[in-house]
Amino acid sequence: MADINNSSVIQLLAERFGAKVSGVNEPYGLLTVETTKDVIVEVLRFLKETEGANFAFLTDITAVHYPDTKHIAVVYHLHNMVNKIRIRVKVFIHEQTPVIPTATVLWNGANWMERETYDFFGVKFEGHPDLRRILNMDELNVHPMLKQYPLEDPNRVDKKDEYFGR
Amino acid sequence: MNHNQPVYTDNDPQSELVTLNLGPTHPATHGVFQNVLQLDGERIVSGVSTIGYIHRAFEKIAEHRPFYQITPLTDRLNYCSSPINNMGWHMTVEKLLNITVPKRVDYLRIIVMELARISDHIICNTIIAQDTGATTTFLYLFQFREHIYEIYEEICGARLTTNIGRIGGFERDFNDIAFAKINKFLKEFPVALREFESLLNRNRIFIDRTAGVACVTPEQALDYSWSGPLLRATGVDYDVRVSEPYCSYDEFDFEVPVGTSGDIYDRYLVRNEEMWQSVSLIEQALEKIKHEPAGVFHADVPDFYLPAKEEVYNNMEALIYHFKIVMGEIDAPKAEVYHAVEGGNGELGFYLINDGGRTPYRLHFRRPSFINYSMYAKMSEGMLLSDAIINMSSMNIIAGELDA
Repeated sequence: MADINNSSVIQLLAERFGAKVSGVNEPYGLLTVETTKDVIVEVLRFLKETEGANFAFLTDITAVHYPDTKHIAVVYHLHNMVNKIRIRVKVFIHEQTPVIPTATVLWNGANWMERETYDFFGVKFEGHPDLRRILNMDELNVHPMLKQYPLEDPNRVDKKDEYFGR
Repeated sequence: MNHNQPVYTDNDPQSELVTLNLGPTHPATHGVFQNVLQLDGERIVSGVSTIGYIHRAFEKIAEHRPFYQITPLTDRLNYCSSPINNMGWHMTVEKLLNITVPKRVDYLRIIVMELARISDHIICNTIIAQDTGATTTFLYLFQFREHIYEIYEEICGARLTTNIGRIGGFERDFNDIAFAKINKFLKEFPVALREFESLLNRNRIFIDRTAGVACVTPEQALDYSWSGPLLRATGVDYDVRVSEPYCSYDEFDFEVPVGTSGDIYDRYLVRNEEMWQSVSLIEQALEKIKHEPAGVFHADVPDFYLPAKEEVYNNMEALIYHFKIVMGEIDAPKAEVYHAVEGGNGELGFYLINDGGRTPYRLHFRRPSFINYSMYAKMSEGMLLSDAIINMSSMNIIAGELDA
């Protein structure tokens, strides 16, 4: 088997997707790329099934909210257990239209990870077989991990965060 | 959907299926989570898992806490092996800050983590035995969990939610009593474990109940992102300690046991063998510590490691550092880091995004129990109810890790 490392994967992605995969970076040795929601399933499938990439294991799906740029980043961590390398794929979607295709077509394990991401960030995974809240109660009408929701009641006067240096 | 209503209705008078609410508080579930099962006689036709009963919003809370205050949150993930979570978190922050800890700290950490792994596996394996009706074995081995807790108590003062260690090392050195207790444990535990194995490994009743039950192929396991002993029982030799060695695990000599059929019996055997490997790892670590300078228990990182209290009262610099750490005047670099450790149930990952402040911008826990459990309802289809119960025990689902 050919040696697979970060640079060979970067090259493969560049050949196949060109400018659709951008923002290539390697913080702490972990290859990180950005892509768009139009091609995310294709990129994931390519990474999973191509001989030279072989990221067959879905480690995690989560999201990050960036209110300053009005974006939510959906973050996928994939793992190639044979060559012991990981890749992080990010997709930035607008917070007003948080819709992205589901990865459950590739991994059944994505089911609950996407439900959790939906529950906390309101990201709607199109084509998900069972997109319900998972940890919070069904009646909750907010997605609590979005940054506009404070941890505690902001009207409390007895516990100001600045006194604690937070 | 209303939580108080069963997912299935029994309105159809022709239906011969029975709806059974297994949980949220049921002695057989060993934790607070619910499965609504539809039964045909004793056989499960379909099931729906409902989780989130002890969700505590740790990821949200973590966004408002400085790094050293997040350690107690990680305790409460997999509370059967808190030290692994603690060490995983410390190592994540150390990776973020590029801190290298002394070798002796690595070895001390390995001792604590392997003790935690043993206590985690003791719980799982004795409970499989308990659920198949073997109460004796449960009582036999469970006392060693108590001995492990006594060791924790000697190291950090706490038993269950340990909060062991600090960023950069430990809050204090292991004392002589701790080492004596570890040595005593290493002498007594193998005897009990051998006895435990002799009671179960070739036990006809136990094998009949567990072998060939809930078989999982490696393909299925990888498809559902399983990790840890469950994945290894299917035959995939993935162990984070070997695949991406952290904490000097690469210097140690140990084996990664794998199963063949992924059934409950294989999971039991894999966990048992891992306990043997852990005992050997602790012995090796104790041996290695002898060659390291004594009394070293933390790295020299005054910006992040709280100084000892007596120094704070008597020493100007220590006072300044103490003040700066507690009042949050030291910022961590702007970066993004993923660090994984081999937890009791599988790959425990910490995905930390820092925007330059003292609290994480975002912290996500990759919780193995949560991810492993997603297959449970699907697996149970077609299974006998009594098999589904021991299947759940053998997956070692810890509610704290399930719900975060």
